[in-house]
Amino acid sequence: MKAWLLLAVIIASTVTADLLQSHEMKRHGEIHDFRPSGLRLLLVTLARNKYLILSVACMAASFFAFMALVQVADLSFAVPASAGSLVIETILARLILKEHVNSRRWMGAALVAGGVWCLSL
Amino acid sequence: MNPRLRWKTRAFAAIVILSNAFGNLLLTWGMRHGAEEITASPLSFIHAIVNPWVSLGIVLLVLWMLSKMFLLSWADLTYVLPVTAFGYVLNAALGRLFLGEVITPARWAGTLLIMAGVILVGLGTPHSEEPT
Repeated sequence: MKAWLLLAVIIASTVTADLLQSHEMKRHGEIHDFRPSGLRLLLVTLARNKYLILSVACMAASFFAFMALVQVADLSFAVPASAGSLVIETILARLILKEHVNSRRWMGAALVAGGVWCLSL
Repeated sequence: MNPRLRWKTRAFAAIVILSNAFGNLLLTWGMRHGAEEITASPLSFIHAIVNPWVSLGIVLLVLWMLSKMFLLSWADLTYVLPVTAFGYVLNAALGRLFLGEVITPARWAGTLLIMAGVILVGLGTPHSEEPT
């Protein structure tokens, strides 16, 4: 019961974090400058974005729930089971982020989700 | 897709996959070897983080978070998620190698399905526009 509750926390917080990050990073634009000075400037800019801060808080919640989960479940269960978020995220990326999800991506997501389900058996 | 973007996408996908898999491995190893058991108290989390394996795992997971954010600045979420899902296969393999976890035939079948999904999406472009 504890494991499933932790899993629910992990999935909800991961989905929220990924959607927020994808939205905000697209708004920021493609990163080109990977020099130390450019990266420092980029990190300062990103650290001031309230939605990215919220996404990091969600990831922290997911992380601590994951730490607790691996104490009560196998890593080879915990990781793939938490990937149940993949299907939810694909649907929400289409609905909220308005991404064009072509048949190749739907099929890929379905294969990965099926594989993740097999891994958790 | 231009070659520079293809190279950049593959390099960052590799960093995302490796940092996540090894970060999770070190975190699990640390939690099972010496770290204090997690309870509802925030102090127990702080004590667990002091463990060197857990600390190193956290460093790798911070790298994972940043590299994924960078990748998302030019690639769609629906591209990044399946492509970086290869990390699940790597996690299972590392769990088998270092933590002595059992990989059943169902888990091997899952590995093959994930690989197929990764290849299928990976052959496409990282950013696609709505057809007009």
